[in-house]
Amino acid sequence: MDEEYDVIVLGTGLKECILSGLLSVDGLKVLHMDRNDYYGGESTSLNLIQLWKRFRVSDKPPAHLGSSRDYNVDMIPKYIMANGALVRVLIHTDVTKYLYFKAVDGSFVYNKGKVHKVPATDMEALKSPLMGIFEKRRTRKFFIFVQDYNESDPKTHEGMDLTSVTTRELIAKYGLDDNTMDFIGHALALHRDDRYLDEPALDTVKRMKLYAESVARFQGGSPYIYPLYGLGELPQAFARLSAVYGGTYMLNKPECKVEFDEEGKVSGVTSEGETAKCKKVVCDPSYLPNKVRKVGKVARAICIMSHPIPNTNDSQSVQVILPQKQLGRRSDMYLFCCSYSHNVAPKGKFIAFVSTEAETDQPEIELKPGLDLLGPVDEIFFDMYDRYEPVNEPSLDNCFISTSYDATTHFESTVVDVLNMYTMITGKILDLNVDLSAASAAEE
Amino acid sequence: MATIGHNNLNAKLVLLGDMGAGKSSLVLRFVKGQFLEFQESTIGAAFFSQTLAANDVTVKFEIWDTAGQERYHSLAPMYYRGAAAAIIVYDISNTDSFGRAKKWVQELQKQGNPNMVMALAGNKADLEDRRKVTAEEARVYAEENGLFFMETSAKTALNVNDIFHEIAKKLPRAQPAQNPAGMVLVDRPPEGSRATSCCS
Ligand SMILES: Cc1cc2nc3c(=O)[nH]c(=O)nc-3n(C[C@H](O)[C@H](O)[C@H](O)COP(=O)(O)OP(=O)(O)OC[C@H]3O[C@@H](n4cnc5c(N)ncnc54)[C@H](O)[C@@H]3O)c2cc1C
Ligand SMILES: Nc1nc2c(ncn2[C@@H]2O[C@H](COP(=O)(O)OP(=O)(O)OP(=O)(O)O)[C@@H](O)[C@H]2O)c(=O)[nH]1
Ligand SMILES: [Mg+2]
Repeated sequence: MDEEYDVIVLGTGLKECILSGLLSVDGLKVLHMDRNDYYGGESTSLNLIQLWKRFRVSDKPPAHLGSSRDYNVDMIPKYIMANGALVRVLIHTDVTKYLYFKAVDGSFVYNKGKVHKVPATDMEALKSPLMGIFEKRRTRKFFIFVQDYNESDPKTHEGMDLTSVTTRELIAKYGLDDNTMDFIGHALALHRDDRYLDEPALDTVKRMKLYAESVARFQGGSPYIYPLYGLGELPQAFARLSAVYGGTYMLNKPECKVEFDEEGKVSGVTSEGETAKCKKVVCDPSYLPNKVRKVGKVARAICIMSHPIPNTNDSQSVQVILPQKQLGRRSDMYLFCCSYSHNVAPKGKFIAFVSTEAETDQPEIELKPGLDLLGPVDEIFFDMYDRYEPVNEPSLDNCFISTSYDATTHFESTVVDVLNMYTMITGKILDLNVDLSAASAAEE
Repeated sequence: MATIGHNNLNAKLVLLGDMGAGKSSLVLRFVKGQFLEFQESTIGAAFFSQTLAANDVTVKFEIWDTAGQERYHSLAPMYYRGAAAAIIVYDISNTDSFGRAKKWVQELQKQGNPNMVMALAGNKADLEDRRKVTAEEARVYAEENGLFFMETSAKTALNVNDIFHEIAKKLPRAQPAQNPAGMVLVDRPPEGSRATSCCS
């Protein structure tokens, strides 16, 4: 321990592990510690016994649920956009060789009390019961415009400058109604609130294209992929990358106190009476509680069920988005369900999550619209956690703190945070220009 | 787990054992036929593959070296996940390393997949004059714990190919895939051959 490191990373959450890996690959001397005796921090996946310890104190899980080790229950459930930024990072770092992925079966949206498949292409739009016959044709036209749109080819712009035309104006041009725009905005473009309507349409068009391209990539029923054995595999894979490039790993280190010099700059980290010196510290908010502030709260329910989510074509893995407007809320609600097909539960069992940015202190009541879509559940756990963001000035104290994970089922903002931190730490920009058109999957 | 296709078997194999027991040296001998007197403690490349023919099938081993995470008891469970085989290595001239090998066996019995083929390698068998662990003692331990045992030397190549061969022969053959396996994302179109294996 009593050595000097370039960087000490505290916490083995996904963000910290990606950074640890990138920094070790860059040749920096990295020490990575965690107060827990497992990898993943907040973004770990738990087996049944761990789950019961966490939410039911010392209770033993009932035998009918099967073997504890057949379960890998994510604490921060998220799906990965097949063509999104996380896949670029995975391929860029070659961490993919440690991981196995499978496409997610379905992507659905809640609309007027019912669950519908999200149409991703012009052909699917024509078949979707989400719209009436005339609206279908208008939507199809709009989808074709989006599919053909190419930022660098003005011929595809239909005379509009999408950096100034707002989404609302673009929609008006195609005559789409509010209901259609609601599912396009929230379930396809994956916006979390309605600000996008008055922002330049380019972002929304790009998001729609990403969605469609991701659906096309693995010919699944959704744009998402998900690792076998759960998301807890991701931090472990990046930790291995870091270790392979010389990073030193220590789990189960109590305290992990960050030490500062008289100028307020980081000087090292102390655990069990030993201090490791370092120039920089990278950590999650829990290691430097004085340098973060609370920015929100996530409410969620974790359920174990014996059936897939009803009305999702028996999807073994699925996401359902409940747009804010459909529920009269300020933020969207998300359903996430995974099963044996991704090795996160024994055969016949399903793990479902309902989550949202909390607007009250009563998750049981607040999450009800989502829970009602699940049908009967075998077990349910309610939980709330606070979200934090850093308030320090890294150039003054050399502390680089990640932002807590949000309620959404996506990773894009996770990767944006990591890339920004990487640039702050190293002064370099990570070039993620991997050729995704050449990238593909080797299927077993 | 080992997966099978066109008489090809893909099998993830992990190495475990004390620092300096000779894990990396065994791999280097098996994969490249080399031995380095002053093999550095492992960092860097820790992922190899090597194919060998055993009876009716070609086995492609995907070999994972520990990359040092075990040094402070911080090995990730992902490391054992889906492993079809493990070689637990100790140094016959070092009693402590044998003790730690037993710890690894316990850990594997707890965490690893139950059908995993486990081999115990008493390495540095060329150092007969410095021997501290008798072959008999290790053989008895191995038998009691369902492992197969060989003394090896990465230096002289004694039993190195043999231990991998023996593992290849012991791998369960036509194991029906219980769950359709996943895919590995790759930066180029898939080659003709099938991808690496996983899952149990
Ligand atoms: C329910 C739901 C599920 C989602 N699931 C996924 C998912 O599984 N995978 C995923 O990658 N994204 C997903 N998204 C997209 C996600 O909403 C956006 O990335 C996120 O809203 C952007 O967060 P932000 O407001 O912090 O940043 P923003 O300012 O909105 O965007 C940050 C940066 O990310 C880029 N960006 C935004 N959205 C996307 C996107 N969808 N794909 C790629 N780049 C984007 C922006 O161009 C910008 O550069 C999902 C969104 C929702 C609502
Ligand atoms: N005499 C002799 N020396 C060996 C043998 N195998 C390995 N060594 C030497 O033992 C030392 C350690 O070998 P490594 O292969 O690096 O051991 P390791 O288990 O990979 O060690 P870590 O990576 O540090 O965990 C090196 O100096 C090797 O040259 C052997 O069979 N005989
Ligand atoms: Mg080694």
